[in-house]
Amino acid sequence: MSDSEAAGKTDSKPARKAKYDYSSGPPPLNINLKWCKACNICIALCPQQVFEPDRDGKPVIARPDDCTQCTICWVHCPDFAITSNYK
Amino acid sequence: MAIKKRHLMLGNLACVHGAIYAGMRFFAGYPITPSTEVAEGCARELPKIGGKFIQMEDEIGSIAAIVGASVAGLKSMTATSGPGYSLMVENIGYAYMTETPVVVINVQRGGPSTGMPTKGSQADTMQARWGTHGDYTAIAVAPSTVQECLTETIRAFNLAERFRTPVTVLLDEVIAHSREMVTIPEKGEFKVYDRVKPTCTPEEYVPFEMTPNGVSPMAGFGEGYRFNVTGLTHDTMGFTTNRPEEVSPKLDKLANKILKYRDETVKMRTEMMDGAEIAFISYGSVSRAALQAVMLARKAGVKVGTVQLYTIWPFPEKQLREICAGCKKVIVGELNMGQMIYEVERVLPNNIKIHSIQRYDGEFLTPMQLLEKLDEVL
Amino acid sequence: MATVKETNQAEKQKSDVMLQYLRPKKKFPSVWCAGCGNGTVMGAIIRAIDKLGYSKDEVVMVSGIGCSSRMPVYLDFSSLHTTHGRALPYATGVKFAKPHLKVIVITGDGDALAIGGNHFIHACRRNIDITAILINNYIYGMTGGQGSPTTPSKAFSTTTPYGNVEKHFNPSELAMAAGATFVGRTTVYHVPQMEKMITQALEHKGFSLVEAVSNCHTYFGRLNRQGDPVAMLKMFKDLAVPAARAKNMTPEELEGKLVTGVLQDIEKTEFCDEYQKVVDAHRGVK
Repeated sequence: MSDSEAAGKTDSKPARKAKYDYSSGPPPLNINLKWCKACNICIALCPQQVFEPDRDGKPVIARPDDCTQCTICWVHCPDFAITSNYK
Repeated sequence: MAIKKRHLMLGNLACVHGAIYAGMRFFAGYPITPSTEVAEGCARELPKIGGKFIQMEDEIGSIAAIVGASVAGLKSMTATSGPGYSLMVENIGYAYMTETPVVVINVQRGGPSTGMPTKGSQADTMQARWGTHGDYTAIAVAPSTVQECLTETIRAFNLAERFRTPVTVLLDEVIAHSREMVTIPEKGEFKVYDRVKPTCTPEEYVPFEMTPNGVSPMAGFGEGYRFNVTGLTHDTMGFTTNRPEEVSPKLDKLANKILKYRDETVKMRTEMMDGAEIAFISYGSVSRAALQAVMLARKAGVKVGTVQLYTIWPFPEKQLREICAGCKKVIVGELNMGQMIYEVERVLPNNIKIHSIQRYDGEFLTPMQLLEKLDEVL
Repeated sequence: MATVKETNQAEKQKSDVMLQYLRPKKKFPSVWCAGCGNGTVMGAIIRAIDKLGYSKDEVVMVSGIGCSSRMPVYLDFSSLHTTHGRALPYATGVKFAKPHLKVIVITGDGDALAIGGNHFIHACRRNIDITAILINNYIYGMTGGQGSPTTPSKAFSTTTPYGNVEKHFNPSELAMAAGATFVGRTTVYHVPQMEKMITQALEHKGFSLVEAVSNCHTYFGRLNRQGDPVAMLKMFKDLAVPAARAKNMTPEELEGKLVTGVLQDIEKTEFCDEYQKVVDAHRGVK
């Protein structure tokens, strides 16, 4: 899946049915709030809107089950504040 | 004892052989009269001994390349003249700040600006001291014969490696372009100093450690130690800092590691100073004329001697005072409009009258001229 | 075929791999503005190096002066933060002295093309085996938003307050004209492409340039009303035209577009190798 195709998903097609169950075990991603600078890139680029900004604009994993483990968030994060716990 | 092979050699080439003897294996340079033969010599000689020569796109590229090579672990050198040295001073300052040993040969030519490329001068003396911006402690040495071009270049490398700092070799054009008999020393005849290497584990390595003598062990890139080198003022780990309590200690370290041992950098030659009431003070080609003048004057019963400096910077304050203690007058001879004389005036006590004889028309100060000056001040 | 689990396991390692390359004892996060592309490029470089399996001891990162040049200090390699515009000659010294080292230069549009321009074209001409990653954000960021050699005509900066009257370089074309044998352009939006391109550049024998178009929203973006980092990333996505498609487009159609992808990948003899042949032929000759 090329990057532009993944990113393009937000405009047209509905969110894909998640194929990972994160109800048990760690969430798909962990956020290092000390390193995160609230630049909003992950929140805006996530094709599945998994994140919601908290009071400071830093990402909160609001919809973990929608995460399709596409890696867009943490490959873009300029401060390595996101690491993955993919299934 | 086998008779040592003697070569009729150009001054510039003697520098090359001196550098190679000292372990120089990397030269980067740019053509400029009157130092080009140093580059040409390195281009020919270095491949024969597995060394590396590169002609860079300008003098800034040249000094940058030799500092990079030294950081990578090779003894490195460049050679230029006034205009090129002017282009290099920023990165000579970088070598100073990052404590990277390199040797820069400046074959001085008529200045300022393009000046007289094929004529000799000593007008870059103060530039070797104050050329780069910021508080800088210079080391500069100056030969006066072709054999000394070889030995002084060895000494320059030893000073650079010992103190982990850039060293300038100041030549007059006339020496660089003279041919004289030279013997190349055997291995071991001259001490060759190599930078101190770390012995600790990579995890413990502090690249700019505050050691008692001020010189930190120096690993080269790719030798198992990973560290940061930056021209920004930095702490002992090489990380940028603006904290006052770290800044001045760093600048003190850069200066005092040299000044604390300045006596060991001093090298002078004195002739007929016993009972001398007058002394010539000079370096390089002027010292040769002074020697001739003093010999002739002594024959005529004049109590005069000559003091030749091989180490210009740091200026040998204490030693000059001691040697000239008995003199009433000194004559500072220079191929410029007066530069070293400021140091002599700063250093010698007031009871010694300081005269100067300066020539800056591109020709040398001759023994006859010095004798005339001597008559004048007697 | 790796099972989904294995690839994801690999994905998991991939996200943590970046942390293994950060400089111990160095304070994070970085000095860069929130959302600055420099960090994204740094991540791509790390993952490329990790994929190629280079040992940390053989990688040397050299940089000049500017925002992007603050990168090497953050990474657990040998790092040389030099003077403005001089990263390439310093790197030439390191590489030529020890050709087995993997030398990577991190530079910016001002550092490489203005004060460093002369060294840039000669490093390309010389075809020395160095990978230069030129992070092009169209402005001098470190010094507060002045126009640079890539600032487009009519664009605003603190030194072109009435619109830039000058024309700008195309860094990749300049590199190709000067003889660089691998040249590619990508953007901080196209991270997977950047990672792959950097990997190719590192593997390439000879001078390789990766021009990474990046967002300086703090100055260029603000002064030219291009919005926040996300808006600029989306702009890069929209402006990007893959090299293959750009081939049959007219200059007018390509006006203001970003032609991305590998633009040059040819083989020429490499500087250090050629010199080594001279040494081998003349070693020991009196």
